[in-house]
Parts: sequence; C-alpha cells; structure tokens
Amino acid sequence: MTLFIEQCLNGLQFGLLLFLLAAGLTLVFGIMDLVNLAHGSLYMLGAYFAATFAAWTGSFVLGAVLAILATLLVGMALEVIAMRRLYGRDHLDHVLGTFGLILFFDELVRLIWGPGGLSLPVPPWLDRSIEILPGIQYSAYRFAIIVVTLAVAAFLYVLVMRTRIGMLIRAGASNREMVGALGVNIKLLYTLVFGLGAALAGLAGMIQAPILTVQIGMGENILILAFVITVIGGIGSIRGAFVAALLVGFIDTLGRAFFPQILVELLGRQAGSTAAPALSSMMIYILMAVILVVKPQGLFAASSR
Amino acid sequence: MKPAFTFRHMVIAALIVGLALLPLYVALTGDRFMLTLFTRIVILAMAAVSLNLILGYGGMMSFGHAAYLGLGGYTTAILSFEGVHSGFVQWPAALAVSALFGLAVGALSLRTRGVYFIMITLAFAQMAYYLASGMARYGGDDGLSLEARSTFAGLMNLSNKTTFYYVCLVLLFASILLVWRLTNSRFGMVLQGVRSNETRMSAIGYPAFRYKLTGFVIAGTLCGLAGALIANHTDFVSPSMMFWTRSGDLIVMVVLGGMGTLFGPVFGALALLFLEQFLPHLISFIVRPFNPASAAKAGEYWQLVLGPLLLIIVLFARGGIDGLLAMLSDKLGRKVRP
Amino acid sequence: MSEPMLHVENLAKRFGGIVATDNLSLDVAQGELHAIIGPNGAGKTTLIAQLSGQLRADSGRIRFAGDDVTALLPHKRSLLGLARSFQITSLFLDLSVLDNVALAVQAHAGHSFHFWRNARKDEALRAPARAALERAGLADRADWPAASLSHGEHRQLELAMALAGQPRMLLLDEPMAGLGPEESARMVTMLRALKSELTILLVEHDMEAVFALADRITVLVYGRVIASGAPDDIRANAKVREAYLGETDKAGADHV
Repeated sequence: MTLFIEQCLNGLQFGLLLFLLAAGLTLVFGIMDLVNLAHGSLYMLGAYFAATFAAWTGSFVLGAVLAILATLLVGMALEVIAMRRLYGRDHLDHVLGTFGLILFFDELVRLIWGPGGLSLPVPPWLDRSIEILPGIQYSAYRFAIIVVTLAVAAFLYVLVMRTRIGMLIRAGASNREMVGALGVNIKLLYTLVFGLGAALAGLAGMIQAPILTVQIGMGENILILAFVITVIGGIGSIRGAFVAALLVGFIDTLGRAFFPQILVELLGRQAGSTAAPALSSMMIYILMAVILVVKPQGLFAASSR
Repeated sequence: MKPAFTFRHMVIAALIVGLALLPLYVALTGDRFMLTLFTRIVILAMAAVSLNLILGYGGMMSFGHAAYLGLGGYTTAILSFEGVHSGFVQWPAALAVSALFGLAVGALSLRTRGVYFIMITLAFAQMAYYLASGMARYGGDDGLSLEARSTFAGLMNLSNKTTFYYVCLVLLFASILLVWRLTNSRFGMVLQGVRSNETRMSAIGYPAFRYKLTGFVIAGTLCGLAGALIANHTDFVSPSMMFWTRSGDLIVMVVLGGMGTLFGPVFGALALLFLEQFLPHLISFIVRPFNPASAAKAGEYWQLVLGPLLLIIVLFARGGIDGLLAMLSDKLGRKVRP
Repeated sequence: MSEPMLHVENLAKRFGGIVATDNLSLDVAQGELHAIIGPNGAGKTTLIAQLSGQLRADSGRIRFAGDDVTALLPHKRSLLGLARSFQITSLFLDLSVLDNVALAVQAHAGHSFHFWRNARKDEALRAPARAALERAGLADRADWPAASLSHGEHRQLELAMALAGQPRMLLLDEPMAGLGPEESARMVTMLRALKSELTILLVEHDMEAVFALADRITVLVYGRVIASGAPDDIRANAKVREAYLGETDKAGADHV
C-alpha cells in the first residue's frame, strides 16, 4: 500500500513535469500552428543552465531562477531569429527546420559544456524525506516539484483564462485575423508566447536536472512524450494537455512499477518477465493509438486542424 | 517545349554511371572505405526512395519510416540468430513483417490528419523501438549481431563487399523503377490527386483511404527490404536504428534531394551522408588559416553548421537538389537556345 | 409523364438554430435546365451540398433517376451520374490540366488499383479527357499546369471535370461567379450547348444568364421554395419581385 501511494505520487510528479513541457508545445501549436521539435532542446538548455548557474552562485534557488530567465531569453531570441520565418509554412517545413535546430543545439551544448554531461545536486534542505501522510515518507524534493508545478499550472490557468493577454492567446488560437484587426502587436505576442513556452521547458529541465544526469540528447526522449500528450489532449488545448499529462504520468509510472508483476501473474514467470519491459514502455503509445482511433482530434479538440 | 535531354538529365546519368563504376574506382585506388560509405548511401537512398513514394507523391507526412529499417533488419537478424540463414527466407520475411506493420499503422493513423498524423506515425515507430529494446533474448538495448550474412544457395556471396554493393545498387535501381511505374500508373495518379486535393478526390468518387493505405504499405515494405540490407551491411541491428531522429534523417534526405522526384532521394542520401562525412574536414580546412591550433577540433562540431543549413534549405530552397538542377537546366537551356 | 431525373421530397437541414433547408421539395425533369435563385443565405449552396452528398440532410428524401440516393456518399452519387462543380474552385493545382480531367475520367473507370501501366499514355483515359476539355473550350490548355490558368479557365476546367464522368445530370454551383462579362458570355454559350445533352441544376446569381438559359426557375428564400415555374411566370410573380428581385439585384430587376 505504501509503495502504491508512493508510486502514485511519483506518477503525479512525472505527469505534472510533462505538463510543463506539453503546455509550451501546445501553446505554440495552437497559436502559431508551429510544430516545434526543438522544444526538447530548450528543456535540455534549462537543465544545463540550472547546473551551471547553481554552481556559479552556490545557490540552488538562484541558479534555478537564472536558468528559467536564461531559457526565456534563448526562446525569445530563437523566435525572432528563426521560428517566425516558419509561421504559415507547412508542417513538413516545421519538422525539418526545427530538426535542424536540434542538431544545432546538441552540438552547441557539446561545444560549450563538453560531451561529459553535468550533475546538479539536490540542495541539502530538500535532500531528505518528509512524512506527508501518517506513516508515509516521501522525498522532499519530489514533493517540492509537485507543489511548484501545481502552482505553475494554476498560474497558467489564470493567465490564459483570466487575463487580457490570455484572452489574446485564446483569440489568437481561434482567430488570427481578429487579433490582428484589434491592433494587437501580433509579432510581440508570438515572441512572448514562444518565450513562455521556452521558459516552461527550461523549468522542466531544471527540475529534472537533480533527478537525471544532465546530458546531450536528454530532450529527445521526453519531447516525444510531450508530443504524445499534446496529441492525446487535443492540439492547442491547455486543459487537454493537463489531463493527458497526468494520464501519461500515472500510466507510465504505475505501469513500470506494477505491470511486470501483473504480467508474471497472468503469463507465468518466464513469458511475463520477458514481455514486461517492452510492453510497459509501449503502454503510452498504445494509449495514444487507442485514443486517436476513438477521437482523431484528441480528448479536448480545441479547433479543427 | 523543353529540350529532351537537359543538364539535369546529364547529372542523373552521371550519377547512375558513377554509382555503377564505383567499385572500379575502389579497385584502382584501394580505397575500401569509399565502398563501405557508398553501400550505406545506396541502402539509405533506397529507404528514402520508399519514403518519397508516400511523402513526396502521396503527401503523407510519415515521421516513423525508420521503423521499417529496424523491422526489416531485426527480422533478418533474428532469423539468423535462430539458425535460418537463407536470404530466400529472411528477405521475404522482412518484407512481410514490414508490410504487416505498415498495414496496421496505416489503418490506424491514416484516419487522422496533419500534425496528428505526423505524431501518430512517430508514436508507432517509438513502439517498435521500445519493442526491440525490450527483447532481452535478442540483445535488448545492446542490439544483436548477425552471425552470418544472408545466404542465397551459392548464387551470390554477400560477404564479398563488391558483390554486396552491386546487390544493393541493383535493388536501389529496381526501387526507383518501381516508384517510376507506380507514380505514372492509375494508382499513382490517384496518389498524387490525393496529395493535391483529397477533398476533391473523395468528391469525384475515389475512396482515398484505400489508396493511401496501399501506398503506405508499399512504401513500408520497400523500406523493410532496405532494412534487411542494412543489417547485412553492418552485420548488426540495434533499437537505435528505429529512434525517431533516424526517421528525421530520412525525411531530410527526401526533402534535401527534392520531394516527389524520382532521383531526388538518391541525391538527398548522397548529400546528407557526404555532409556527415566530409563537412568536418571542410570546416577544419576553412578554420585552419585563421586558427591552425583548433582547426581539427572545429571540424568535430560540424552539426553546428548542418543544423542551420537545414533550416536555410527549408526556408529558401524547397525544391531541393533536384529543383536546383531543374533550375540550372532551364538557365542553360535558355542560353543555348536564343 | 416519365419520372423526373431528380426528385427531392421534404428535405430539411438545420445548423444549430438556423434553418438552412426548410421542408424543400423539388422536381427536375429529364433534359431540363433548372435554375435555383435566391438572395444570399437562401440556402442554395447547402442544397447543392445535400444533393451531391457532401452534407447529410436531417430529413427528407432525394431520388436520382429512379434510385433513392438519400443515404449515398458523394462518390457513389457521382458514379450514378450525378456530378457537381464547386463554387470555390477545387482543382488539383499542381497537376496538369489534362491530368485533372483524366483523374475525373479515371474515377468512373472502375477501381484504380493498376500499378504498372502508364496512365498518362492510356488513351482510355486521355481521349475522353481531351474530349471533355474540348467541350469546355480548354483543348489548347491541356498541358498547362492547372495553377497557371486564369480564373475563368479554372471555371471551365471545373466544368470539364464534371463532364468527364459522362454524367446524366450536372449540379453547377455559381459557374459565373467572379467572371468578367466576356468570360460569362462564353460560359453561357457553353452551357447552352450542353443543355441539349444533359439535365442541369444551376445555382447562379447572374440573372441575365439564368433567364437566358433556364427552362424552369425555382426561387429559394430562407431555405424555402417561394416560387417555381417557367422564367416568364417567375418574372411576373409578385412574391418573387417583393422578396428578392426588386430589392437585391438592381440590374437583374431592370432586366426583368
């Protein structure tokens, strides 16, 4: 039971982390109609920045804040230099162009930080367990992640649903010309939205840095998960991304933790333990296939694209 | 009227002759490395040709084409591992497995459009990737070595590098011939109609889904054969040959060479692998006069150049290499004819 | 009297609260050119879409040449000989003019799972395609890319594609839209030539063309038939003058 609750929390934590990535992707998808494969590179940069700045300043929190700001700036610069030239072109162009950017960023990171990878230690004040429920211990760092990402999700909700800029974002998603006609500086809006998405990716990378090794190519695996989430949730829908991210987080984490046992029970030790690793990694993709067969536009289709 | 034999045709003819005569060059210079490199180019060109059938002619933006390379390769390697070495069994099996996978993936993914289609094909390829990683008996993440190359009852010996190169080359030309016939057939006309305007195709009476699915399966099957070849070429298969960035490479080849053109994918494969191979040297060469000490090191960072290069090609040269050749042909043609 | 080519009975379609087609009944006799007119938003294009099968009616029945086609998909109707041209030109712009028409011919030539023979040299497809281009007055443009044609020529190509399947009936959705006077006149001449061979349902704003071509005219307002009859009767009909002709189309009214 304790293990189950702990794994549920891990699933929640992983799902919320994926939401940070998927939210940026789906915003950029929904508003600029841009497929951005280089989103994973921004995640990687976030992690590298965090490790570097934390080492420089000697403070985890300061390092994290600087890392997020730095990714925001990189994102905005990237939008101004490259991305805005891709708007309005077809998706194949997006895929190719941003694929090129992945190569560029991977190599840039290798040039700056070397091929070895970095690590960012968990700060001492979070490097312990806390009793979150009577009798249940949980990693303080992971618990902090849950709190922070939930706060970010709430912030995003308020931003998109309650503010003027959010209204513009939602209007932009459904009616580009209208926003333009209102006299809003659409170029600036796009730069800001892209920067916001980048900052969210950077935050996700920064959060993962103490859990995983900070290394080149770390964005490439998780990017696909984020894409799966945006597609399951319905492209352009923040709410869909949130629901799908939690779904994927839970299924992936719980699947890896308990699915092998279930399979062994069902198929016997030999067959079960052979099939388990492959099947538990594939589960998310099977989920996506099933959902798209039933709802080809995802769970919360925002617009018919 | 255009002149019948343009500059573009000359380049294509030169390409065919050059590929056919490569082993002669290797024999004269003893440069075995070129043979290995070109075998790889020819095999990947074949994969790109197959992708071009659906991407270039059919307008289907599949982002999971590398899965078939892996499936064809793994089928060959697994059969070999289990003691079946005959290519007469291995290769048809590789084709069959790829065709079945293509049928399943296509049947599900062709119901979706746009970004959804891109992503679902990618997701299925990732599934194949994880499936391969999970097969502990066949090496899991570490991959699987081929005990021996496919045998063909003494008809040919694929361990001979020159023989193997020619087998690959003949199969590449056969694929191009196939795509040429297909795209000019009634089926191919439908495929191009669907690329151009699917709504209209349905309106005038074509069940578009069936034709798209057929094209999708043919392309996958053909790529599966390329997979069987690549397993024989490297004597090794691993999940990484199916990772999504490999599918990205194939798309790059098709677009770089020229989408929806017969020889474009061959140019694309040639260009990409050449860049991969020689861009490092080129960068070192350019950097050397300025900073001799770090010239060799600078060459290591060739992707720093390749990445933005791709972006620039996307932005400014959508016709790819074939488009460039056609443009040059036009210019030259106009010069000759007043 | 023989059965009408097209028989529409109590057809209805609503979009949310808006009634686009309101209990509409209509007969088009064999060999007649039947024009549908009405102010903007009268539901003319919605009607065409239901007749051709792009839209499914909420209720009502459509019979074509004796067959109930209410539940048939567009391409099935097209195979029965009910062809439509689009108001917004919807062509294969990156293919040649002849390829466009040949694809339309091919749609009626059985399945297309032929993988080897060169369709671009297949006279079974090319000859009828060239004939259709000829009838639509585009023979000299056969090898041009469709994208390079003028707007008027796109309309002609639309017509050629509709003709390619050798249909028994044409649904023409505003074939004159956006044409200059000269191009319009050419289209009228062409339609008049076709009229002798086919049944045609014509939706059109150009009153001059409608009254020059139509055997019968049906007037649609808010999805309802308010009048139907010979051009002279429609001209004389007070309801029509009031609801439509008088107030919207000055030129048309003068002509009337």
